[in-house]
Amino acid sequence: MSQEFETVIGLEVHLQLSTKTKIFCGCVNVFGSAPNTNVCPVCLGLPGTLPVLNQQALLYAIKVGLALNAQINPFIKFDRKNYYYPDLPKGYQISQYDLPVAKDGFVMIKTDKNEKRIGIKRAHLEEDAGKLVHDDRGNCSLVDYNRTGTPLIEIVTEPDLRSPQEAYDYLNTLKLILQYLNVSDCDMEKGSLRCDANVSIRPIGQTALGTKTELKNMNSFRAVKTGLEYEVCRHKQVILSGGRIIQETLLWNDEKAMTIAMRSKEQAHDYRYFSDPDLVPFTINYKVIDQVRAELPELPQIKLERFIKQYGLSEYDAGVLVIDQAVAVFFEHCCQHYEQSKKVANWLNGAVLKEMNERKMGISELKLTPVNLVALIKAVENGVVSNLAGKEVLKAMLDSGKTPAQVIQDKGLVQVSDDSALMAIVEEIINQNPTVVEQIKQGKPSAAGFLVGQAMKKSGGKANPKKLSELIIRRISNA
Amino acid sequence: MKLHSLTAHQILDLYKSKQASSEEVLKDVLSRIGAVDSRVRAYVRLSNQKSAGEGSAAIPIAIKDNMCTQGEEITCSSKILKGFHPPYDAGVIERIKQNGGRILGFANMDEFAFGSSTENSCYGPTYNPWDLTCVPGGSSGGSAASVAADEAVWALGSDTGGSIRQPASFCGVVGLKPTYGRVSRYGLIAFASSLDQIGPLTKDVTDCALLMNIIAGYDDRDSTSVNVPVPDYTKALINDVHGIKIGVPKEAFAEGLDSQVSQAVEAAIEQLKKLGAVVKEVSLPHTPYAVATYYIVATAEASSNLARFDGVRYGLRQLSANVRKTPVIDMYEETRAKGLGDEAKRRIMLGTYVLSSGYYDAYYLRGQKVRTLIKQDLDGAFKDCDVILTPTAPTTAFKVGEKASDPLSMYLSDVYTIPANLAGVPSISVPCGFSKEGLPIGLQLMGKAFDEEMLLRVCFSYEQNTPWHTKKPNL
Repeated sequence: MSQEFETVIGLEVHLQLSTKTKIFCGCVNVFGSAPNTNVCPVCLGLPGTLPVLNQQALLYAIKVGLALNAQINPFIKFDRKNYYYPDLPKGYQISQYDLPVAKDGFVMIKTDKNEKRIGIKRAHLEEDAGKLVHDDRGNCSLVDYNRTGTPLIEIVTEPDLRSPQEAYDYLNTLKLILQYLNVSDCDMEKGSLRCDANVSIRPIGQTALGTKTELKNMNSFRAVKTGLEYEVCRHKQVILSGGRIIQETLLWNDEKAMTIAMRSKEQAHDYRYFSDPDLVPFTINYKVIDQVRAELPELPQIKLERFIKQYGLSEYDAGVLVIDQAVAVFFEHCCQHYEQSKKVANWLNGAVLKEMNERKMGISELKLTPVNLVALIKAVENGVVSNLAGKEVLKAMLDSGKTPAQVIQDKGLVQVSDDSALMAIVEEIINQNPTVVEQIKQGKPSAAGFLVGQAMKKSGGKANPKKLSELIIRRISNA
Repeated sequence: MKLHSLTAHQILDLYKSKQASSEEVLKDVLSRIGAVDSRVRAYVRLSNQKSAGEGSAAIPIAIKDNMCTQGEEITCSSKILKGFHPPYDAGVIERIKQNGGRILGFANMDEFAFGSSTENSCYGPTYNPWDLTCVPGGSSGGSAASVAADEAVWALGSDTGGSIRQPASFCGVVGLKPTYGRVSRYGLIAFASSLDQIGPLTKDVTDCALLMNIIAGYDDRDSTSVNVPVPDYTKALINDVHGIKIGVPKEAFAEGLDSQVSQAVEAAIEQLKKLGAVVKEVSLPHTPYAVATYYIVATAEASSNLARFDGVRYGLRQLSANVRKTPVIDMYEETRAKGLGDEAKRRIMLGTYVLSSGYYDAYYLRGQKVRTLIKQDLDGAFKDCDVILTPTAPTTAFKVGEKASDPLSMYLSDVYTIPANLAGVPSISVPCGFSKEGLPIGLQLMGKAFDEEMLLRVCFSYEQNTPWHTKKPNL
């Protein structure tokens, strides 16, 4: 039996908010402290303690909601999600059930054909749990409550994603938006961004959803994609062999590249949600919403379109710039000093990006100012140094923090355009490459590029390549 | 002079005229505890506090064993919290300490405040100072008994469904449950968060006002605490009820009300009329559902509030000898099986049930709706009257063990007190007579939210014109 299936995926993203303090107490909200040092009676859930909502966390959640084109609920409340686990000190997690901060939003993603709207069902605030550390030697488990009470926003999509690739694209798009908002470091390795996936398949044309499984424990966007691909494949195999998918929660094992059952629907928790009587419901004033909206940064998609329009960049160039908000800002600073925006984009997306990757640094960590980068680009454009030497100058600038002029002077990299100085090199190269010279004579002028390259090398990168090319052509045609 | 038998305001007068020092008062009260507590068993533990306290409010006080106090063991009379030493003070404890109060010790209670007799305590029962074969009421039975037996000048209790007022009634003292949000709950080990409120148990109405002056006020660590100005409650102690409208619900004098209690309360109504109050009948049609509603809302919250007692971080930890499920789940089950008493288990099961998927709408949601109706009943009644008067409890103190195996009849002893908790309004119990067996009878008044002053005024007037508060048990 051959049958075509459609994949249906919904994602839940948990994002730790980088507020100064935790969501319901005054403990600092930082990663990497010694175990159980950032704790107090409130986040330890000691008897008698009570939660007080961190207003910053609420503002961040509103910001996320607005950036995801969602409606902000004017009236919100917190609910208790009851379950037992040693990392959950109160025996319940304070979350939001029926009145989340934000609902009914969307994110636009680019597919290979066109744009697609991915619905955001809701985004709600909740507290993070602690962390279990399993000690093999001691035959015991230890609990670190530092993470307990870290503010989280959970972003839940509608089941609008139709392939693991779309899920992957959505995650990248979402992450970029969240990075622009500056409400989280969005670092999956540190666990500040986590993703669970719900997946089902159904015969094409069927409207009812198939039985879903939930995937947890994916530590990268790549793992989300691979895990979903595995699971879609497994669903197909089960159904095509006449079996039925069981609704269950599965753990993705990245090393073995397979999913492992964690608990079935029958074993699923009954969380017994009810509104938390310790926290009074909140009314969110529309003025607060307007204020947050007014302070929203330009979001990546808008910035991309503006870069294309305002600076005449290609979609590709604009896209690469926009992926890093700091680079995009740097780009615009450069453009204030230099009207050749396309050249600036080339430098940033080429040589500068390469240096950032090699040095594992963000642009703000590099010893580079927009003024210095523009000065360097101008030096290359005006023929003061060659393009090749320009890249050497950039490296030296980043190493020393000096201006391009200082570097060029220190290294003696000023481009040689003087005919008499270059002619000696040209003569030498022509004599060494008679075959190539013959090709050029027989009407293959493109072969001259090879000779220019050889001559550049000979000059130590200092020669003006344009000048060299002229001299070589003139020398051969005069011969 | 027997300093221990005095009220706080009498002691403060002695401080002022230098006729007694806080050390002398403390010494006398401690010797009283030494003399009678082996029979009353009001305290589960005396405090470690060394000083006698100083300043104008250096009054020895008993604290219910559910208010966190730094440097002390606090257990809610439960095995599961044995050895728990809170590293912080509850909001009310801070205020007591700031005002120079001397904490005598921690008073017995029904485990986690689950009960109306102080029999559900891991330390055994407290006995009623008026008749040692009777219960003191509960759950703040230790606090009420300590005040009635002169083992404390005054005390703090907590009231979720009547736990201050019912024992006040049984022990012949004054007990006030303030408006929800009037007193900080920070550091009060929660039973039902939307109902719990800390309040005073005192020898007379004046002391009640004085203790409210100390404990009332906003606390930014409690989101349900309300930031409204706190009056000087002693200014409400006016011996005049002329024109004050007192509503008496026709539902109050119904089946199950002891005839002696009924007579005493009716006599009190007559007395208030004579003093110039206007008494009118009101109707609270939904109050017959109050007990049922309460046992849904309160147990639901309790089942969640008590989930933190799991053996992981503090208190009792019971490990299993053989692994049955997983080591962690075994630990949870054994710790809670051993650490919690029968009534706690019963309420956790009830609460878990009413919140369970499939039952939530029929129980918890319905319960919340009825709660709103009861609140509306009271709001409506308060349009026509300043206070609502009922008996505090349907009976006088019952015998130890009498209702221990009949939880339902025990639950009904809170039938008059529960509506005030569900509606969040203030409510007070004052002595209004004695049964022929010599047991105290209490009168309850409910007031408008944040109008504790009206309650104090009516009760003060009543007290000034009746002898009940001057009587002492024979110990």
